Amino acid sequence: MNIILLAISAAFVNNVILSQFMGICPFLGVSKKVSTAAGMGGAVIFVMAIASTVTSLIYKFVLEPLDLKYMNTIVFILVIASLVQFVEMFLKKAMPSLYQALGVYLPLITTNCAVLGIALKNVESGYTIFESIINGIFSAVGFAVAIVIMAGIREKIDKNDVPMSFRGAPIVLITAGLMAIAFMGLNGLIK
Amino acid sequence: MSKIIERLNNGIIKENPTFVQMLGMCPTLAVTTSAINGAGMGLATTVILTLSNIMIALLRKVIPNKVRIPAFIVIIASFVTIVQFLMQAYLPSLNKSLGIFIPLIVVNCIILGRAESYASKNKVIPSAFDGIGMGLGFTIGLTTIGVVRELLGSGCAFGINLIELIKENNIPVLQNIVNSDSFDTVSIFITAPGAFMVLAFVIAIINKRNINKAKKNGEKPNLCSLADCANCHNVMCQGKAQEEAN
Repeated sequence: MNIILLAISAAFVNNVILSQFMGICPFLGVSKKVSTAAGMGGAVIFVMAIASTVTSLIYKFVLEPLDLKYMNTIVFILVIASLVQFVEMFLKKAMPSLYQALGVYLPLITTNCAVLGIALKNVESGYTIFESIINGIFSAVGFAVAIVIMAGIREKIDKNDVPMSFRGAPIVLITAGLMAIAFMGLNGLIK
Repeated sequence: MSKIIERLNNGIIKENPTFVQMLGMCPTLAVTTSAINGAGMGLATTVILTLSNIMIALLRKVIPNKVRIPAFIVIIASFVTIVQFLMQAYLPSLNKSLGIFIPLIVVNCIILGRAESYASKNKVIPSAFDGIGMGLGFTIGLTTIGVVRELLGSGCAFGINLIELIKENNIPVLQNIVNSDSFDTVSIFITAPGAFMVLAFVIAIINKRNINKAKKNGEKPNLCSLADCANCHNVMCQGKAQEEAN
């Protein structure tokens, strides 16, 4: 039961983008078309699942026994960066079709602060390894949901007559603000 | 000397990271619930940016080209950890309100971007001032957004409650406004949606100014573009996703 609550809270109530503000750059940058947004969302789910698994394992079995907890930021960013490179090489070789769909987004994800952010949050909140994995996957699902909705709205915005000074970034930010208000409505779901 | 002033001016005005380049959007939106938080985040970033720029400029001939990105990341992450500990020890309340966004300075586009595009190619002194300039530009951006959100959301500025101040000092016109029944602060501005809205309006105002300026000179206005991957100096992406999006 707790796991279901954790999943819903990670995906919707504490949405990474709209309530925690992590991963804003790809959210604003790669949301012009629904197809690319979905690709980015898929890539983030994939990487975040692996990254939260590996980082929580490393924390539990390497950093904690060696009393090196304070090194977590340095270790996690290096692990995530090399992991992304590794995943990219592996996919290219083993699953070319999946690589074609996600490949271009993978390098972008290294500096997506959502991946590092969730890894650090897992540690900070004292989640077990299983809880960390669930939190990672469902936070990424929340990211994917938000970016796909945003892309759908932006495809419609392009057809509208937006005031000159609001074109580009401002109208997208206002849309994001309205989406955040909608997501705030889910706050009551979990106490 | 002129180089130093040019670097400072470049960071604070010409290529302001928040308003012109739109980099580092995550902390910009997340920690600006009050002016003090915004300024604190900005100054922490400034310190890390300056130190990492100095270190990278010093080591620019030692670091092999092929492994420069991991090397930069290690340098930046070390300084972030140092600053995090110092803040935990000496500024615990600020550290608590900035929370996870202190360690997340590691993945702030601005720092890696400056390392790659400036510090790795220039001497130590200009690199240091490049870091100071960019950092102050970022601090100004965050503080501006913080002041607006705090003022509208809770009626405070830098932690001073202006509403109480007006009531106590009986300031003529403002006092009538504050005491009327319909007066209230707009608390949505200190929550998540308010962050997006305030940033949108600040950028729209800057756009308006640029449009008017361009019209006067008879040029086509150059609107502030979105923080897309082509703009971002994030070397790992190399604009790949942007090509795809087009």
